[in-house]
Amino acid sequence: MNTITKATTLKDHFLNLFRENAGVISANSAPFLNRFREDAIARVEQAGFPVKGSEDYRYADIESVFRNDLHHIFGPRNIDLNVREIFHCDVPDLETSLLLLVNGRYYGNGKQLNKFPDGIIAGSLARASVEYPEIVRKHYNSYAGKSKDGLVSLNTAFAQDGIFIYVPEGVKADKPLQIVNIMISDNDLMAQHRNLFIAEKGAEVKIVICDHSLSAHRFLTNSVNEVYTGEDALINLTRIQNEHNGASQITHSYSHQEARSNLTASTISLHGGFIRNNVFVTLNGEHAENHSLGLYLSDKGQYIDNFVFIDHASPNCFSNQLYKGVLDDFASGSFNGRILVRRDAQKTNAFQSNNNILLTDDAKMYSRPQLEIYADDVKCSHGSTMGQLDDNALFYLRSRGIEYKEARLLLMFAFAHEVIQNIKVEALRDRIDDLVNKRLRGELSRCNNCAMQCG
Amino acid sequence: MQNEQDQILNDVTTGEYKYGFYTDIEQDTIGRGLSEDVIRQISQIKKEPEFMLEFRLRAYRHWLTMKMPEWAHLNIPAIDYQDLTYYSAPRQKARLNSLDEVDPELLDTFNKLGIPLEEQKQLSGVAVDAVMDSVSVKTTFRENLAELGIIFCSFSDAVKEYPDLVRKYMGSVVPYTDNYFAALNSAVFSDGSFCYIPKGVRCPMELSTYFRINAANSGQFERTLIVAEDNSYVSYMEGCTAPMRDENQLHAAIVEIIAMESAEVKYATVQNWYPGNKEGKGGIYNFVTKRGICKGDNSKISWTQVETGSAITWKYPSCILKGNNTTGEFYSVAVTNNHQQADTGTKMIHIGKNSKSIIVSKGISSGVSNNSYRGLVKVLRGADNARNFSQCDSLLLGDKCGAHTFPYIESGNQTAIIEHEATTSRIGEDQIFYCNQRGINTEDAIGLIVNGYAKEVLNKLPMEFAVEAQKLLQISLEGSVG
Amino acid sequence: MLVIKDLKVSIDGLEILKGIDLEVKAGEVHAIMGPNGSGKSTLASILAGRDIFNVDSGSVTFNGEDLLEKSPEERAKDGLFLGFQYPIEIPGVSMVNFLKTAINEMRKHRGQQPLSASEFLKKMREKKDLVEIDSSLTSRSVNEGFSGGEKKKNEIFQMAMLEPKLAILDETDSGLDIDALKVVAKGVNNLKSPDNATIVITHYQRLLDYIIPDYVHVLYKGRIVRSGGKELALMLEEKGYDWVRNEEVKL
Repeated sequence: MNTITKATTLKDHFLNLFRENAGVISANSAPFLNRFREDAIARVEQAGFPVKGSEDYRYADIESVFRNDLHHIFGPRNIDLNVREIFHCDVPDLETSLLLLVNGRYYGNGKQLNKFPDGIIAGSLARASVEYPEIVRKHYNSYAGKSKDGLVSLNTAFAQDGIFIYVPEGVKADKPLQIVNIMISDNDLMAQHRNLFIAEKGAEVKIVICDHSLSAHRFLTNSVNEVYTGEDALINLTRIQNEHNGASQITHSYSHQEARSNLTASTISLHGGFIRNNVFVTLNGEHAENHSLGLYLSDKGQYIDNFVFIDHASPNCFSNQLYKGVLDDFASGSFNGRILVRRDAQKTNAFQSNNNILLTDDAKMYSRPQLEIYADDVKCSHGSTMGQLDDNALFYLRSRGIEYKEARLLLMFAFAHEVIQNIKVEALRDRIDDLVNKRLRGELSRCNNCAMQCG
Repeated sequence: MQNEQDQILNDVTTGEYKYGFYTDIEQDTIGRGLSEDVIRQISQIKKEPEFMLEFRLRAYRHWLTMKMPEWAHLNIPAIDYQDLTYYSAPRQKARLNSLDEVDPELLDTFNKLGIPLEEQKQLSGVAVDAVMDSVSVKTTFRENLAELGIIFCSFSDAVKEYPDLVRKYMGSVVPYTDNYFAALNSAVFSDGSFCYIPKGVRCPMELSTYFRINAANSGQFERTLIVAEDNSYVSYMEGCTAPMRDENQLHAAIVEIIAMESAEVKYATVQNWYPGNKEGKGGIYNFVTKRGICKGDNSKISWTQVETGSAITWKYPSCILKGNNTTGEFYSVAVTNNHQQADTGTKMIHIGKNSKSIIVSKGISSGVSNNSYRGLVKVLRGADNARNFSQCDSLLLGDKCGAHTFPYIESGNQTAIIEHEATTSRIGEDQIFYCNQRGINTEDAIGLIVNGYAKEVLNKLPMEFAVEAQKLLQISLEGSVG
Repeated sequence: MLVIKDLKVSIDGLEILKGIDLEVKAGEVHAIMGPNGSGKSTLASILAGRDIFNVDSGSVTFNGEDLLEKSPEERAKDGLFLGFQYPIEIPGVSMVNFLKTAINEMRKHRGQQPLSASEFLKKMREKKDLVEIDSSLTSRSVNEGFSGGEKKKNEIFQMAMLEPKLAILDETDSGLDIDALKVVAKGVNNLKSPDNATIVITHYQRLLDYIIPDYVHVLYKGRIVRSGGKELALMLEEKGYDWVRNEEVKL
């Protein structure tokens, strides 16, 4: 009963926060984005906040991370620091076009959009909605807007900016686009940004998102990505979550895939106290292909929760979910994957796999791989395992003189590599391999410039 | 070929439910509705000791605070609990001393169901407790079993004759607070079976309860309690049927099993309640709570179920593996056709060290039905070396049905190994063609393939049931390939 | 080098080795033969340190030190190598990473500097040629997707890389065609020196045409029932294991 009162309070807090700041929120965003706010806040009022124990948020205690005392920045002055001076990406040989998000707002270029020679447009979503209203209008809130989740509506009501990436028809981006999402503040802070990625027909693009936190405060991010993969388009999207353990992150990703499109989205969760990733994919055209992958390595009191929903709305599509995790200390985690095959989505091939290794008796993992199938000519399967490293493999390695500890690490690394090998940006893949290796060895795995010595 | 298959599908789905007849017999009933008075009346009719009435009232008061569970993948129409009859019994003279006193109509009813109660016709090797609506009609072989110290009788008799045993174990595995239907059952249950196997005794015959709903508008709420003491063994079977009626009827039962050290209990169900007609009218709502506890070390509980009937099934036979080295098993074939809905599976709770569980679930959906597996495997912190393997397969016959799998896996022990696998498939046209080419007609081919698919589970059934279950599968399904 | 005294081993209460005595000196090649289920693989596993067995009594020393007390990796570093009957597939662990780790662990143990990348690759090339192993195999994960023959060759390749003092080859010949068999034998013979020793465990005499043993032991029902020179293997081949069985009955 207690939780319900708390939820009501939380909801009221945010409703009030919106009422009090609606003017300044809108004034520092864009008219088009502002149009959605009233409707969204009404939906928040109706849906409320997710309650732990409900089917979709069974193990995730959302209320515990939404604290009433977090600060918000709605005004124009985002941050005084010269972020470029304190942050540079240290992934060697990673050549990307860098886009900075600081506390949920696009940073740099005097808010101008980057317009690349090949026609790719990238930069502030708010700015894009002014300069390219027809593109933004077509996609903004078209995919996430149908959600019944109060947190998605909360984002729609509050989000003032985020990253906009547009790859025109037939254009193949030569460099990956890298979004560095930074939380930095001199007090505890909450931010909600909104990204929109569009790959038109036949376009190809690689996008990397790196989440960092650069000051020792409590952070909470509630972000929404909308991703449109047009016919024959190809997107490879990698997200590396590497905030400190005082930071909480809730991400919502809504992907809409047209015929013959291919989207591979990997989420590598290394650090972060509380992480909840919601992934919704709609396969809207025949022969669309989706790979949703996740790797989570957690220790101490981390909680990492992946919720994946693949909607096979068209026949002849393919989807594959692969989520793997290693949990140490008293970390806990949850995987919830659902494959929905609609009535006419015949010839669907859909797979789902979740594998976990617990390293202590205090670590806890909850796994719910689910199939919901309404068509008969389909190939669907799922598997879930929890357990130890393979004893035989361990013995084999040791019999070759490799120390027990090292042998375990090798096997864990191999376990994780199955996910990492799907990352298509080579320099990044090697870097992640390295990060994971260090992470498993308990060495500092944050990019070196992270000032945090968090627990 | 397509047309021919559709034709067969039609023929089969219009096939009549074999056990849909109604026995016209005088009934003693309590009027519709549920209240503390009704509960007092039930308790009074059954001449129960005071503790039973108190138990019922506590359960009822708790039930009033609860809501119907909504998490299942089921579409359950609202149930008006005040419109049901909670007690209905075939009118009988005093107490039965010999079968001559059993109403011939009743004997005839059970004969038609293939459960002869007359001494000379009784199935050899199977002791039967026959339950019609709210009461037990007859328990066979009771005296023979008593010679071994085995108690096998109706629940009502047990309450009167063995109140201490009933008091000690009733509600110890499924407390009335457990869930909505368990609370309802605890308040109004009318009869059921009681079974007690003393230390070191291997029950020499299959024990069985046959449930029959006969009266209209009545709910059936029975309770089964099985206690197996150290080193004992019993194999238990349960069967059920109901007349065809247009309105839905509610069946909310509880089964509790307690297995002490090194005891083994096998529990098999062939559930064939009336599933409703092909338009989805009528049929039984089957909301059942079945749970066993492997209390002592090295004990074992095995559930096997063949679920073909009922309009809606909500049922999760479970094992609490409390002792060390205990084993829990769940083998299930669930068939849904026409408008049937099933949400069924199991829970395996690993508490003891080296506890093992295996889950094999075979769902078969056809028509416009929905068939879900829902199962929990939970390993608690102290359950070192716990091991679970789950295999949950779905077979879809036709493109208008649904097959779903919702496992819940929770691990809190690093040495536990849990594996879950599931696949979804259909009967391929090439498989049918292959059979056709070998001279097997399509209908038989489907029967063969479905039986092959379900074989792993059917093999776990006691012999007496296996044949019936196979036939049942064939009747429920054949020709359903689209 | 290796001294086994009255070794009794059981698993889950079932006695498998019922008192084994065996001494292997440097420079020797021993063959242990016996029918299925005689305890050959158990003996190999227990020497390498597989912990699913119970040692009920007896002792094993390796170069004067108690072998049974040591972990599998310590034994390996001391120079004991087991060629597995069924080499384990380890998806995701590359052969190169695996071998480099193993070699450098051993070098560290001997107080040597780790091999540089180029030294390591050079060594790998040499040894690859020696065992005629396909180059593509070493770029894959450990044993993953290898055929039966490739796995066995890979064991010999690893043996060549690790240069053990005592190599125990557990049915390395089973499932091999004659060409692969020759490769395996060549690998073993190349390694042979006055300083090291080999124990070849096999079911058939065939392999011993290519690896000439100094001693042959027949293991039957957990005991060495006969020991002799290489002629014992020929006798076995001729008379079959029934002969041993009959001999046993007589005893």
